[in-house]
Amino acid sequence: MARTPLTFTLNDAETGVFVVPGSNLLDVLRRGAGDLTPKQGCAQGTCGSCTVLIDGVPHLSCLTLAETVEGRRIDTTGGLAGGPDLHPLQQAVMEGFAAQCGFCTAGMLMAAKALLDRTPNPTRDEVIEAISGNLCRCTGYEPIVDAILTASARMQGRTA
Amino acid sequence: MAIHKGRGFACINYPIGMNLGGDPAQALVHSTPDGKFMVALSAIDLGQGMKSVTRQIASETLGVPVEDVYVDTADSDTGPHDMGSFASRGTHRVGNAVIRASAEARKQMLEAAAEELEVNASDLDTDGKGNIHVKGAPSRSITVADTAMAAQFKQGRTLAGRGIFLIPPSDADAETGEMTPVTCFAHAALVIDLEVDDETGDVEVKEINSAYEVGRALNPKLVEQQLIGGAWMGVSHALYETTEPQYPKRDHGPQDFNTYLMPGPGQIVPHNIAVLERPAEDAPFGGKGPGEMCANPVLPAVANAIYNAVGIRCDRLPITPEKILRGLRANGGARPQQVR
Ligand code: FES
Ligand code: FES
Repeated sequence: MARTPLTFTLNDAETGVFVVPGSNLLDVLRRGAGDLTPKQGCAQGTCGSCTVLIDGVPHLSCLTLAETVEGRRIDTTGGLAGGPDLHPLQQAVMEGFAAQCGFCTAGMLMAAKALLDRTPNPTRDEVIEAISGNLCRCTGYEPIVDAILTASARMQGRTA
Repeated sequence: MAIHKGRGFACINYPIGMNLGGDPAQALVHSTPDGKFMVALSAIDLGQGMKSVTRQIASETLGVPVEDVYVDTADSDTGPHDMGSFASRGTHRVGNAVIRASAEARKQMLEAAAEELEVNASDLDTDGKGNIHVKGAPSRSITVADTAMAAQFKQGRTLAGRGIFLIPPSDADAETGEMTPVTCFAHAALVIDLEVDDETGDVEVKEINSAYEVGRALNPKLVEQQLIGGAWMGVSHALYETTEPQYPKRDHGPQDFNTYLMPGPGQIVPHNIAVLERPAEDAPFGGKGPGEMCANPVLPAVANAIYNAVGIRCDRLPITPEKILRGLRANGGARPQQVR
């Protein structure tokens, strides 16, 4: 099938790929752009493991038509760390044992980043709401909520 | 119409591993020329911490820093044989295999170091920081890295070890049926506090208090995390999860995450855990591991708490609001077993 060119910014890098019209963004990120950090848990919009930010807003990439991101900015977990320095969210998840199998983690991190970008000092309930579209099968959620609150506190120079 | 509080208790003796064919596990350990150690396993880490725990076990046995040990659980085609991740066997079976493989590799390592230092291998010890020294004379030493380098390029020796763990196979006695299915048990006791709404049939778990005896907790943080996550899954199985249709037609059964019910981050239950450590004799450094029993006692404890709250004895899982309402109707209303 004829492919169409698609350009967007992926974690600061200008990116161009050819896509089969109608492809979903998750496929294009993973297979086209080679960013394997967004995960495919369900491919139907219920698990949240494919969450990426489009112009700063969390989206389920499995349900996003790839062509709609032309010229826009995509952030994935692949761009969270600055070189060897983990993002405070990643650091808090690691220290707080908030990942077991890790399959949900990339989506959780992006949902959390979107929250902290717009609400730097969220309440516990706001954290819960922010990740309520993300399923985790392993942790029981509490360590994830705690880790996001810890990261928020550290980023604001508070102690959690 | 009222909310009824209930408390339920359950306890569990949980067998570690099983005895089909002795339940073997294998491990292979070898060093790289720069003195790092690779542990090859076919046991799988699916989040429970297999890699972390076997890494600790190998580091402890080899006498080298944990940072210098890598665990590869990649591929059952190329890795040493293992029965799998099931029956709560990982820490015990695989850990024991790793100890044996690491002990053999350590022996090779000390012999190579002895040749370099011109002493007897039995006079050598490790400091756990990457050095090998003569006992009582720490200044007569060589690094693990230099030892590995000499073994590889001078002595032509591998620093490697093979390990297998097999429990004595046991068949059932034809006369009595007696057998020894497992060599050790882990234990737990768990209390659930919950509320049942007799109008909607809704159950809300309010608090979990548990005590787990898992042998030595080789990695206490991982043990705690496994217990918290597992109890969440136990609540989920007790009250929500089923692949069976909740109504008679198969079409009404859950087919995907949209219709397969699980509690979310809004239903976090406070869980207080006491971990008791009774190291098991045949376990690696005494660790038995929590395994499956992190979820199991939650289910009967929830069922008991519901009975305690409204007098309904539910013997089919999950205990859905519909089952509670049907039970209430059959009983002519809630029959709290004990007022709290
Ligand atoms: S893969 Fe997109 S929501 Fe599950
Ligand atoms: S850590 Fe396994 S799904 Fe969240």
